[in-house]
This record gives sequence, C-alpha cells and structure tokens, in this order.
Amino acid sequence: MQGMNLWQQLVYYFTHNGQYILDQFNRHFLISIYGVIIAAIVGIPIGVYISRHRHLAAWVVGAANVIQTVPSLAMVSIIMLGLGLGVNTVILTVFLYSLLPIIKNTDTGMRNVNPDILDAGKGMGMTRWQILRQIELPLSLSVIMAGLRNALVLAIGVTAIGSFVGAGGLGDIIIRGTNATSGGAIILAGALPTALMAIISDGVLGYLERHFAARTQ
Amino acid sequence: MALTAFLEISHLRKVYGDNVAVSDFNISVERGEFICFIGTSGSGKTTTMRMINRMNEPTSGTIKINGEDVTKMDPVKLRRRIGYVIQNIGLLPHLTIKDNILMVPKMLKWDQKRMDERAVEMIKMAELPEDYLDRYPSELSGGQQQRVGVVRALAADQELILMDEPFGALDPITRDALQDLVKDLQERLGKTFVFVTHDMDEALKLSTRIVVMSHGEEVQVDSPEEILRHPANKFVADLIGEDRLIQAKPTITTVGQIARPAVSIVQTATLREALTLMHKTRVDTLLVTDPDGILRGYVDLEVINDHFRTADTVESVMNPKVFYVRQSAVISDTVDRILKRGYRNVPVVDNAGKLTGIVTRAALVDMVYDALGSGTSNDDGQDRSTDGPRTDIGTTDVKEGAHAVDPTPDDKEEVPANNGHLS
Ligand SMILES: Nc1ncnc2c1ncn2[C@@H]1O[C@H](COP(=O)(O)OP(=O)(O)OP(=O)(O)O)[C@@H](O)[C@H]1O
Ligand SMILES: [Mg+2]
Repeated sequence: MQGMNLWQQLVYYFTHNGQYILDQFNRHFLISIYGVIIAAIVGIPIGVYISRHRHLAAWVVGAANVIQTVPSLAMVSIIMLGLGLGVNTVILTVFLYSLLPIIKNTDTGMRNVNPDILDAGKGMGMTRWQILRQIELPLSLSVIMAGLRNALVLAIGVTAIGSFVGAGGLGDIIIRGTNATSGGAIILAGALPTALMAIISDGVLGYLERHFAARTQ
Repeated sequence: MALTAFLEISHLRKVYGDNVAVSDFNISVERGEFICFIGTSGSGKTTTMRMINRMNEPTSGTIKINGEDVTKMDPVKLRRRIGYVIQNIGLLPHLTIKDNILMVPKMLKWDQKRMDERAVEMIKMAELPEDYLDRYPSELSGGQQQRVGVVRALAADQELILMDEPFGALDPITRDALQDLVKDLQERLGKTFVFVTHDMDEALKLSTRIVVMSHGEEVQVDSPEEILRHPANKFVADLIGEDRLIQAKPTITTVGQIARPAVSIVQTATLREALTLMHKTRVDTLLVTDPDGILRGYVDLEVINDHFRTADTVESVMNPKVFYVRQSAVISDTVDRILKRGYRNVPVVDNAGKLTGIVTRAALVDMVYDALGSGTSNDDGQDRSTDGPRTDIGTTDVKEGAHAVDPTPDDKEEVPANNGHLS
C-alpha cells in the first residue's frame, strides 16, 4: 500500500476487503436495529401509558433522560461488567439510548391527537382499544416515526463505539485502522459506511414520517 | 309501552365539585321530535346532552330510551345506537369519506355489500357527489365535511341523533343549507334530534320544542310559537330578542288578542232602539246578533233611515252578508285579506260564531308597521309581514288560520263600511 495516496488506498482496501466490509456493515446495522426495535416494543407502550397518566410522565421521561446523559463509552463499559464482552452488551446499550426519543415522541404524539376526533370516536361507540388502534396510533405515527429516526441515528453511533467490547460492526474496521501504522484509509473504510448508514436511515425514516404526516392533517 | 315516551329524562342532575352544571332536568320526548337546547354559555346544555349517550355520567336522575335505563346499558353499545355530531366535525383525517361514514356499521360488523350500498346512500343524502367517497376529509370544505359528519351519524340507522352546536363554525349560507338538511331528515325519516345551539334563529327554525336553559335549570320548554307568544320570563324574552318578538308578532298574535269591544244589537230590537244606540255610542253601523250573541249581520245608518217607517225589527232590514274573522286566527293570515278589502273594521267571532269584538284597521296597521321596523319601506315591508323571516314558524299557523277565517266565498261577503266610531 506504499506509494498510494489516501484515496487510492481506500479503493484498494474496499476492493480487497469488500465482503468483510459488507459483513460488518450488515452486522452493524442489525445491532442498531435490534436495539431500536426492542426499545420501540418497550417504549411505545410506555409512551402510550404515560400520555394517559400525566403524573408518571415526568418521572419516566426524567429517568430516560438520566440514561441519555451517561456518555456512551461509560455506558457500554458499565453494561459490559454485567453482560461481559459481546453483542448483547451493545444491543442493551442501544436499547437504553433509544428509549428516551421513543417514549418522549410517543407521549407527544398521543397528546397532540385532536381531542375532537377522540370525542367523536368515543361518542360513536368505539372501545378504548379501537380508539387507540384506529385513531391515536395512526394519528401519532409520524411523531413516533420521528422518535424512531432519532433513536436509529443515535444507535448507529453507539454501535460504532460498542465494537470495542467485541460485538463487531463497522467500529471493528475503525479500530483496526487506529492500530495499524498509517491506517487512515482503513479508518475511513469503517467511518464512511457508518456515516452513510446514518444518513440513509435518517432519509428513509424521514420520508416515512412525512408520508404518515400527510394523511393526518 | 305506548305510554312511555321515546326519550324520558327525569330529575337529571350533574355536579362538578361545587358547581351544579345541571340541577333538575326533566323532559319527555316523543319519537320524531326536534328538541333544541338553547341558553347562555355554561348553562349546562352540552352536559345535559352528553349524559344521554353517557359521555358524561349523571350525578343522579334517570334517562330512559324506549323505556330502557341508559345507565344500565353498555355505554359502547348505547353510543352505537345514537348518532353524535360535534361542532368541530371530528372526521378521522386518515380515513376516506367512505370509511368515515361507515365507522359505526363497521363496528357493528355489517357485511361489505350492505356497507357499500349504505355509503352511496349516505353521500347522496349529504347531497355530495358519489366520487367524494374516495376523498380524504382535508380535500373537502368545512361545510362539506360537516355534511359528512351529519350523515355519518345516521349511517347505522340511529334513531336518536345528538348534535352539539354542529353548525356554529359555518358561514350563514352553508349553515342555512345544513339546517335544511337536518330538518328534512327529521321530517322525512322521522329521526329524533337533540340539538344544542346558541342561535335563536336556528332553534326557532328547526325545533318542534325548545328547551331554554339558564344556570343548569330549564327555564321554559315549549314550541317555538309558544315561546315567542309567551316568553316565560325576562330571561327568555331577552334571549329571543326584542326584534324577533316584534317581528314575530303578526305570526303569533291572534286576532282575539287585539280585538276591541264591538257595538252590537240583538236582531229582535226595533229600529228606534238601534238608532238610539248609534246615537249614544256615536257609530254609524251596528253588528247584529241573535239572543245567544251569535253574529247574524249588520245594519248601517242608511238602511235604518230608508226603512225607519216601514220596518219593525232590525232583523228584517239587516244585511246578513258580513265578513268576519275567528278570534283564534293569527294576524299574519288575516291581515292581507282585511287590508286588501279596505275594511276599516272586521267583526271577530269565537268558534261558536259568537261575536266577541272587532279588529280595527288602525290596530292592524300599527302591528305590521312595528313588525317591519319603522325604517323599512312599505313595499319591502309588505313582503316581510307575510313571507318574512318568521313564516317558517308560522307554517302550521297559516294552515289553521286559513280555516279560521270565514270560509264563505267572496260573493257572500259585504263590506260593513262604517262600523266604527264616527269621530
Ligand atoms: N368536565 C368538567 N369539569 C368541571 N366542570 C365542568 C365540566 N364540564 C362542564 N363543566 C361546567 O358545567 C357547566 C355547564 O357546562 P356546559 O358545557 O354544559 O355548558 P354549555 O351550556 O354547553 O355552554 P356553552 O354554550 O358554552 O357550550 C359550566 O359551568 C362548566 O364550567
Ligand atoms: Mg356547550
């Protein structure tokens, strides 16, 4: 690799380690997605619940906020003490970080549903479950989607850091780069796909968010 | 069962903390009635209405629909049987018009074919084009959305429909059209409406009965005509407004109410007696009655003069062709005939034909003049007195009135030209 400029080195690395990068890319994405999905499964019901029990909202959101303020490196390390090295530690970290945006947005979305529509639905004889399924969730979907988008972008960053506990992912490539002499190209080979993943996720979920918002005006 | 009303509310009370929202509400509503709740803000109209479909739970009292106590029913099932329309429409923005209309039929699990047919039927009832079924609410104007809101409340054959100021946010022309729509639904389909409004004109136009509320109390429950005719107190009169009361006068005031005592003589009296009476009361025409007071005709000074020596009793010379009106007839129905014929006075009789008084042309003119407001020009005014804004209330009156006025054909009528005071 001597005698090549950074760009050439990068292309060289990509062509010779394409499969490896792709594997790490997928792994990275899956770790992030798993964490976010589990957070959604837990966080959306919590958001729905606190939107109906206002006195709990401050506590729950406060707790999620505390989690959020812990630096991700510290969080991964702490969890590692419990779960040891490996992918589960990172997924749990992603999960914890994703909770706040998901809970907060679900709560906001639910509370912003036009009360007249809820009144009409109830007055026409919908059950509470029908109101939730057919009115509240569809109408807060775009706000919830915005929460998921925040969570996923955050998760992709957290996963990159999580590689140092041996979970794999694009962070692995970056760590290799930092260990190699003049490994700038290798670092880029890990960092660029990470950035790309974040940007694409943001774009796709942003599109979905606008799509859902359009029908709820 | 025949004795129980369709909707029976008794001793209904609702308290929020120390605040008595509804104190002791009673009403018995027959099927097909259109009941309007009207009153100042905070008088408990919405609270009362919402207790009917248990959107609010009563503190005490009972509400029965078809004899069934609503508090003993499953609220969800109850609400599916009752149409519900609110001021802010409340269409679901993420569903098409069709899915909005079919909300309750879907909950009731109708089969698809029946629902498809019903959607088409309902959009036609709303007087909207059929292809609007595939649109979303945001693609409709406010008035069109509320049309959908109204038919949505009927889509599952609900018999009772609750509406809370449904047209309050619409412009006057759209409001008028929607009022016609609901009135038509009530009259044609026999639906029963409980309708909350702030707008007295709306209440007068739509109601079969109006419930006037103030501070959680029913102040008056009556037909629009009766409310206009006899406001229970100053609060009701103020709510109606002086303008409306005056304007409504010709349609609600009966002839009997403005009649004055008539000068009359029995048919067996002599011409001399008649002449003496004329002289004493300074009139040139006398109405003639039989001993029971039944109106028989009239005599005027000229006739008495001509026959003074040849005839004996009033009966033999009187003119039996007399135009009269019944005292129960409404002014607006009689005023035209009286004014057009140029009568100065018209005798008034009760249902048995007994003479009870006369109406003077001057009294009629005064009333019409007031009703039009003194500023209006005469032509404009003439129209309004008969076909004006309040004829809608008077509709039934007009029919009754037409019978009440002497049904005899024109050829029988004569003009008692001067049955009035000479001066
Ligand atoms: N949920 C509630 N909690 C406490 N008080 C209430 C509640 N709903 C209504 N009230 C009170 O009950 C009274 C009657 O209210 P209601 O809404 O029935 O009035 P309304 O006649 O419909 O008035 P408007 O014409 O302004 O709609 C008011 O004093 C109101 O403040
Ligand atoms: Mg109200």
